[in-house]
Amino acid sequence: MRNQSQLWWSIAAVACAVLLAALWAFPLLWAVSTALRPEHETVSATFHWLPQVWTLDAFRKTLSAGNLPRWLFNSALVSLLVTVVTMAISLGAAYAFSQLRFRGRGILFALAMLAFLLPFEALLVPLFRTMHQLGMINSYAGLVLPQVVSPVVIYVFKQFFDQIPADFREAAVMDGANPLRVLWSVYLPLSGNIVWAMAIVTFIGAWNNFLWPFIIVTSNDMMTIPLGLTQTYDAFGVRYAQLMAAALIGALPVGLAYVVFQRRVTQGFLAASGLKA
Amino acid sequence: MSRGAASLNQTQLPQPASRPAPAGSSVRAEGLPAMLLLAPFVLAFLLFFLGPALQTLYLSLTESSLTRTSAFVGLANYATLVQDPSFWASLGNTFYFALLTVIPLTGIGLVMALLVHRFVRAQSWLQGAFFLPYVLPISVVTLIADWMLQPSSGIINHLVGGQRAWLSDVHWALPVVAIGTVWWTVGFNMLMLLAGLRNIPAEQYEAAALDGARGFTLFRAITWPALKPVFGTALLLQLIASLKVFGQTYILTSGGPYNTSRVTLHYMYETAFTQSDAGYAAAVAMAFMFVVIALTLVARLVAKRSS
Repeated sequence: MRNQSQLWWSIAAVACAVLLAALWAFPLLWAVSTALRPEHETVSATFHWLPQVWTLDAFRKTLSAGNLPRWLFNSALVSLLVTVVTMAISLGAAYAFSQLRFRGRGILFALAMLAFLLPFEALLVPLFRTMHQLGMINSYAGLVLPQVVSPVVIYVFKQFFDQIPADFREAAVMDGANPLRVLWSVYLPLSGNIVWAMAIVTFIGAWNNFLWPFIIVTSNDMMTIPLGLTQTYDAFGVRYAQLMAAALIGALPVGLAYVVFQRRVTQGFLAASGLKA
Repeated sequence: MSRGAASLNQTQLPQPASRPAPAGSSVRAEGLPAMLLLAPFVLAFLLFFLGPALQTLYLSLTESSLTRTSAFVGLANYATLVQDPSFWASLGNTFYFALLTVIPLTGIGLVMALLVHRFVRAQSWLQGAFFLPYVLPISVVTLIADWMLQPSSGIINHLVGGQRAWLSDVHWALPVVAIGTVWWTVGFNMLMLLAGLRNIPAEQYEAAALDGARGFTLFRAITWPALKPVFGTALLLQLIASLKVFGQTYILTSGGPYNTSRVTLHYMYETAFTQSDAGYAAAVAMAFMFVVIALTLVARLVAKRSS
């Protein structure tokens, strides 16, 4: 009796897992199946799950017709800059907050953490006016700079530095190393894992950022992938094989980063949510 | 840089040197390096965060276009706001969207977490399938959704029959965007709840199993009580995230039909960037900020109480 109900539970769980996994995988598989068809098959009257003729035409046309290569370049450049600058700024600030004694430390840290509370979305209007005054509309600087303020990254790094035994630092200080030297040669080498995790998550976040580029960019040549992909109807017209090819190309870098660094990515996202990984 | 650390470790670590440095001297010695290390962050923070935050407050008290401020008008924008049916409608749409997403996103997230936790051997596959959409850009998701929902040749209409134009349907537009959002973001909630599940000590299960607990009894007796605080946090974080909806509705429905899917951030955006009424948009932003901050504080309070 008990064994039988156990069995039913197991069957239900397996069925549930298979069903959910299929549901969640389906939209992407369907996009792949669409992108590999010739364009006329997407509007044909008879329905097929798989392409009747397999072709890479849609990918070829997508890459040569619109501004997609340019958007890919912009996204790569902006995401890379955001990641590098965010890491540099945040490591320095986190180290100062965690290890150095200076006046105003408490207030400054509290102020930085206040930023957790304010939704970025509510700051768009004055932020746009600031960028306008600085002449940074439609520029890489304008795209990058507001994205490098990341209190959560500072918080995660500070938590990590707090846990490193003070002996490490004092030993180096007694050796005559200045604080910058200590950060560089003692703390950084110890934080490889967490820096990687936060860097990947920052990169994915910057790659996927839609809202800020949407506000700050009006010229087609300065668009990043998430923004550019919303313009594809104008670029390709309503050609679904090409649209799906464009979507998949835009998804590839972050999708790949996730598949390759699965553990790091999940660790980073958990840490960035303020919860322990 | 790792070489330096290695040599430091070798030469210095064995010496126990845990003596607190004299406070006064170190403040002076460390003040300058601290300033150097903090300067880039402080500058960026003031320019791109604190500044705009204070400016939002100021702008909301003025009559301003997108680029210039013409007059200080006190609370006039707020007086308009409380009587503006479009604002209240957008807030209603926002909360309706939250209602449509919060429960499925946390509920399905919980089911997914339990499944990933249970099927150890399929773990990375299952987790991959559930989490992958979360790392995709929003417009990839909306492109795929738009194609699947296409009235004449989309696969959804092929499966359910008919030629419904889901995204311009008064009753369906927002629920359909909500379903897409569940697909897109549920992975994050799964991850949080999975971390919660992994924190439950195995001994608790073993003890309960010895007492004869199985299946759902085990879930009710051990899993759920231990997971409840994490679930509560996930619920409130999700509520806040759902209230910030903008991209999905903007791209998929443009707020239509008849503004029935125009959410608060969309209304703020239109007010500022298409009507160039930055003063009033700032008042909308302040109201939005108030709602989000209030809910965040409640979330923190609940989290603190349960931990």
